[in-house]
Formats: sequence, C-alpha cells, structure tokens
Amino acid sequence: MERMTRAEPLIELDGVSKWFGAFQVLRGVNLRVAEGERIVICGPSGSGKSTLIRCINRLEEHQEGRVVFAGRELGADTTDLAQVRREIGMVFQEFNLFPHLTVLENCMLGPTRVLGMTPADARGRAMEFLDRVRIPEQAGKHPGQLSGGQQQRAAIARSLCMRPRVMLFDEPTSALDPVMIKEVLDVMNDLAQSGMTMIVVTHEMGFARTVADRVAYMDEGSIIECLPPDRFFANPADDRTKRFLSQILSH
Amino acid sequence: MDGPVARSHEASEVRRNVRWWNAGWFDVLQFTVFVAALLGLLVSGAVGMGYNWQWYRVPEYLVQIVEGELLWGPLARGLLVTLELTGWSVLITLAIGLAAALLRLSDSWSGRILAKAYLEAVRGTPLLIQIYLFYFVLGPILGLDRFWVGVVALSVFEGAFAGEAIRAGILSVRRGQWEAGASLGLTRFDLYRSVILPQAVPLMLPPLTGIVISLIRNSAIVSVIAVFDLTTEARNIIAETFLSFEIWITVAAIYLTFTVALSVVANRLEQHVRA
Ligand SMILES: Nc1ncnc2c1ncn2[C@@H]1O[C@H](COP(=O)(O)OP(=O)(O)OP(=O)(O)O)[C@@H](O)[C@H]1O
Ligand SMILES: [Mg+2]
Repeated sequence: MERMTRAEPLIELDGVSKWFGAFQVLRGVNLRVAEGERIVICGPSGSGKSTLIRCINRLEEHQEGRVVFAGRELGADTTDLAQVRREIGMVFQEFNLFPHLTVLENCMLGPTRVLGMTPADARGRAMEFLDRVRIPEQAGKHPGQLSGGQQQRAAIARSLCMRPRVMLFDEPTSALDPVMIKEVLDVMNDLAQSGMTMIVVTHEMGFARTVADRVAYMDEGSIIECLPPDRFFANPADDRTKRFLSQILSH
Repeated sequence: MDGPVARSHEASEVRRNVRWWNAGWFDVLQFTVFVAALLGLLVSGAVGMGYNWQWYRVPEYLVQIVEGELLWGPLARGLLVTLELTGWSVLITLAIGLAAALLRLSDSWSGRILAKAYLEAVRGTPLLIQIYLFYFVLGPILGLDRFWVGVVALSVFEGAFAGEAIRAGILSVRRGQWEAGASLGLTRFDLYRSVILPQAVPLMLPPLTGIVISLIRNSAIVSVIAVFDLTTEARNIIAETFLSFEIWITVAAIYLTFTVALSVVANRLEQHVRA
C-alpha cells in the first residue's frame, strides 16, 4: 500500500522507558506508526498499555528514549504541546465527557476554543460528526442522560471534531455491556474505513482481526511482538503471547 | 454506564453534615429548653447582682427620629462600616484565595512553596498579631489608612482559608476531565475556564459562604485599630452609658442575624449542589 512506502512515520517511539518511582512501567519500547495505519495493542493488566499510548500525547511523561509525532519530538522542552495535542484525538475508557456541557457543547468546545472556529461553524462540524457516530438526536442532552455506548460515541465525535491526524483509544469498550460494545465498535470500524490512523488498546480480538494492520502484544512494559493479525493469531512467536491468546480467545 | 456520573455524586455525598434546621422536633425541643434555661440563668444572675436593665435606651443608638427626620445612630453607622469592610474583604479574599489555589496547583516549584508558606504563616499566627503587623508595619509602608489596613489584613487572613476551599473544589474535579480537556489541546487557562471551574465552583460555594460568615465575625477584631465598625461603636457607647449588657447583647444579635442568614444560604447551596 502507498502508506507503507512513506519514509517518515507519523508516530515514532524509540527506546521509550518510563518509571513510576522505582517501578519501571515501560522498558525501551519501539513502535513506528505510519499515516493511515491501524494498530491494536493488547496484553495483560498492568503491562503498560495505557501508559504507552498516553506517552504519545504526553499525558504521561517518558524519561528515556524519544517520542516523535509528525516530526516533532515531545519532551520537557516542548513548548507547543497544546498544538501537538490538538492533532491527536484521545478516547478514554471512562468517556470523560464534560458533564456540565451538552453533547453538542462538548463537541464544540475544542473547535471554538482551540481552533478558533465561529460557534456556527463549530456547530455545523459537531452535528456532522454526531451524525457519523449516529447520535445526532442526543446533541442537546447532557452526558449523564445518555447510555454508556452513546456517551462513548459522543466522546469519539468530540475528538473527531478536532480533525485529528491520529486517534488513540484506551480500552474504549471495557466499561460497556455487549450491546453497547457493538455500537462503539461499529463506529470505530467506520472510522477505520475512512482511513483514520488509529492506535487502539483493546481486548476485542474480533476487532483486531478485521481492522488492525498490526497487533502488538505487550507484557511487563515491552512490546513482545507486533505482527499483522493473520500471523499474530495463527503463529505468534512468543510463548507469553500464545498463553495470553489462548486465555482471551477461550472467553 | 452511569459510572463516572455516579462517582462524582459520591464525592458531594461525603460533604453532607447535620445542621440544626435539619434536626427532628425532639432536638429542637431540647435546644429550646436549653436556651431558655440559659437565658433564665443570665437574667436571674443579672438581677442578683443588681443590674439595672435599661433596654428602652438602646433604640436611640440604632436609629432616631428627630423632627420627622430619620437619623442613623452610631450602631447603624458602625454596622454599615462593618458591612463595607466585609464586602471589600470578600472580593479581595476571593482574589487572593484563587491566586493561592492556582499557585499551589501550578507546575512552578517556587509558586507552590510560596503558596504553602503563606498558608502556614497565616494559620500559625494569631489574627490579632497579623492586624497589628499590618497596622504598625505594612500600613505605614504602603500608606494605607485604618479601614484599608483592616480590609487587607482580614483578606490576607481569610484568603488562606479561601485558597484551601478553592483548591479542594478544583481537586475534586476528576482527573479524567483534565486529561480530556488537555487532549483537545486546550490551554491551561481555557481548561480552567471552560472545564474545571464550571464544575468546581458549585462545590466551593458552601465552604466559601462559610468564609464570608467568618469574615463578618472576624471583622470585629479591626476595632483594635480603631476602625469605627459595629464593635468599636458599641465600645464607645458603653464607655459613655455603662449599658454593657444591653449593647453587647444587641450587637451580638446583629452579627448573628447576618451570619445565620448566610448559613441558610450556604445550606441551600449545599442542597442544590447535592441535587
Ligand atoms: N500514576 C501512576 N503511579 C504509579 N503507578 C502507576 C501509575 N499509573 C500506572 N501505574 C502502574 O503502572 C503499571 C502499568 O499501568 P497501565 O495503566 O499502563 O497498565 P495497562 O496495561 O493499561 O493495564 P490495564 O489493562 O489494567 O488498563 C501498573 O502496574 C500500574 O499500577
Ligand atoms: Mg489501561
């Protein structure tokens, strides 16, 4: 594919290490993500998946190695952090919608405050994306009045309204029950079809199989392997990956 | 499904505390009997020591009608000064409190130390000494008159506590809200303005109302630097008339009227926040 031949990756993690006190969460992680690529990250609880993707928009600060987004290295001296973050959408497990604002206002806040759009333009864009995540009729409600699945889709729309170059998802469906999981995965599927670059931490292996270009398995702060899904599921090289897959697929 | 919402409600649930107007009828009865007994004791004690009650002389110090014209008495004028003092102090207290809270929450190491040192200094010294410090040391240096020395001293004192209330309110906003706002690329200023403060202010209002109440009460202490507030006027009247029981009871009742009224407001706000 064309995107694979691009020289410059959109995101580059190079020997990234991080400690929480004396505890090392990330151990020299390497990962390159090309524009348009879809990466799924899985692995046991506490292996550092959240920490890893949070390093990409610097919600967590790494202590060693390099995190590069679109040619800009993120570090303590990054002065235009807000500038970088507006180009990186993030979807959280707990949605984190702003409860004092309506769904529409949630979606308009970034475009008006950060992108300097007029309220009318921001409203138009917000409705466009609320339409895409199939909850235009919820626009006037507050997040507390929505189901979990609707809230998560609103959160996705809120991120999309910034027209980000990549979307990060941290276990977007693990706070939801099965019906709602499907609603959210459908929306993420559409998003992948539209060519969005995505990094998704999830244990939804069906999603990984159909959508991911590569699936990464993390354990104890390292990416143990990172393969296209057919090879990842058929014959993973590492025993830990095999054990993890047999556990998770038996559910 | 309702996770985050439910959890944010729990936080305000913890803040619930019992107030007398929430109490049952039996508590009210007990309280009434207690107050009646106390008053009885007071009156009989006063009678015992031969105190000459002269309540009829009190109203003239509040308001007089001379030749059909309404004249405010010294107590009313003192009350006005007290309210003026409190009003200015509320504004400056809030400004100082917000600054102290934001400093303590900032990334700046020196800012955090400064804010913490301010809090400890204010908490660790008596208000009376602070007033004297402002009056004898900072007042002359800054060229402030008595009234403004009083305002500044009270604001600096209460500002420390307001800072804590504001900080607690800000900290009670869930971490995910900061992260979601930051992820959109909001600047720190916009994050506070559009995401954090709108959620934190309702939580701060009850404790901040408590601070206004405390400002009203503590404003009496500026009488030591001869600001003509309610307490100073009361002292002057007593020095001339020896109506100490009547005037002090009246003055206490005036303070109480304002503080109880504000307490009711605080309680309403608290219920509103919880709802
Ligand atoms: N702020 C923090 N302070 C200290 N330790 C932390 C902090 N955040 C995470 N950790 C620890 O770092 C490790 C990795 O956490 P992380 O959240 O990245 O794991 P994860 O792979 O996302 O796990 P999960 O599947 O449970 O979400 C865990 O052991 C966790 O306890
Ligand atoms: Mg996680």
